[in-house]
Amino acid sequence: MSEHPAASALDRRAVTARLLRDRGDALVVAGLGGPAYDVTAAGDTPLNFYLWGAMGGAAMMGLGLARAQPRRRVVVITGDGEMLMGLGSLATIGADAPGNLALVVLDNEHYGETGMQLAHTGRGVDLAGIARAAGFADAAAVRTAAELEAIARRLCTAPGPLFAAVKISAETPPMRLPPRDGTYLRSRFREALLGSEAHR
Amino acid sequence: MSISWPDDIFTELQAARIRQVAYVPDAGHSQLLQRCHADPGMHAVSLTSEEEGVAMLAGAWLGGDRGVLLLQSSGVGNCINMLALNQECRIPLLALVTMRGEWGEFNPWQVPMGQATEPSLAAAGVHVYRAETADTVAETVRAAAMLAFHSYRAVAVLIAQRVIGTKRFEK
Repeated sequence: MSEHPAASALDRRAVTARLLRDRGDALVVAGLGGPAYDVTAAGDTPLNFYLWGAMGGAAMMGLGLARAQPRRRVVVITGDGEMLMGLGSLATIGADAPGNLALVVLDNEHYGETGMQLAHTGRGVDLAGIARAAGFADAAAVRTAAELEAIARRLCTAPGPLFAAVKISAETPPMRLPPRDGTYLRSRFREALLGSEAHR
Repeated sequence: MSISWPDDIFTELQAARIRQVAYVPDAGHSQLLQRCHADPGMHAVSLTSEEEGVAMLAGAWLGGDRGVLLLQSSGVGNCINMLALNQECRIPLLALVTMRGEWGEFNPWQVPMGQATEPSLAAAGVHVYRAETADTVAETVRAAAMLAFHSYRAVAVLIAQRVIGTKRFEK
């Protein structure tokens, strides 16, 4: 049993695997810490870009990528602490309104990487409500398996920008570390996406 | 009244095939921002804080787009941790910084970050060029774009306050 109160009963690894099951050719940006490990566990591919730092930047990386690749779906999967550090980016993305961007926050209401300190999301701050107020076309709070299934079906198809705060259990599964070398991650991503254009 | 150096920058940005423009509004860049917004080949995004632009343009480059970050010297301080992206991943960054807190500054609160702009950028691994006169802005931006996109480096051009003109507060 976790000593920390659970945000919901949903398991973060099962949630991430379900969300990415039907990703097709979607491009994925994973925020640092737990979400990067979850995305790795769901299946490493060159079209995943994992962050090991740059905290607060995941959503905005998604925006730039979505604008560069308007025919692709871009999915950002990050944590509640990372999203809170880049809260202004919800306003920027809401105002810019990219139709092909989906932003998922795996919300365990804690800072898992630093000793499970309580985050503002555990003190009542409602990220989905903030996203809705910032102008996201679709902003959902997810707490149940049925709600997860509904958002998973919309993730790569519904008009964006789409936002989902998925409340997850505060259990910490074993680490599944993605590659750490930033130049490797960026080169394999660009080559897989752009082919020989990556080297021009 | 129209001045020529912002239009010179716009010409260089077009020549460098810049597709995304990330900015926090700034008086020194206002003419350039109008040109960028009016160009259907560029997508200009207003930010709440400058570090958003560092991350956005890293994502843009991963997706095959070149971008430029337009900011004032005070905004450089907001970018420091996010610049780890550029240094660790060797992702290009072209940043054009209008300087405050130097030539004839009236607002003392601009001075600390104005003084810290160049050493902060250098400490974060960013190559820094300065344009001290209006007629050298274009060539400096051109050289910075070359270093950024051909050599995969983060490069900032500091446009001196003397070029922009001292902000007048007495109206």
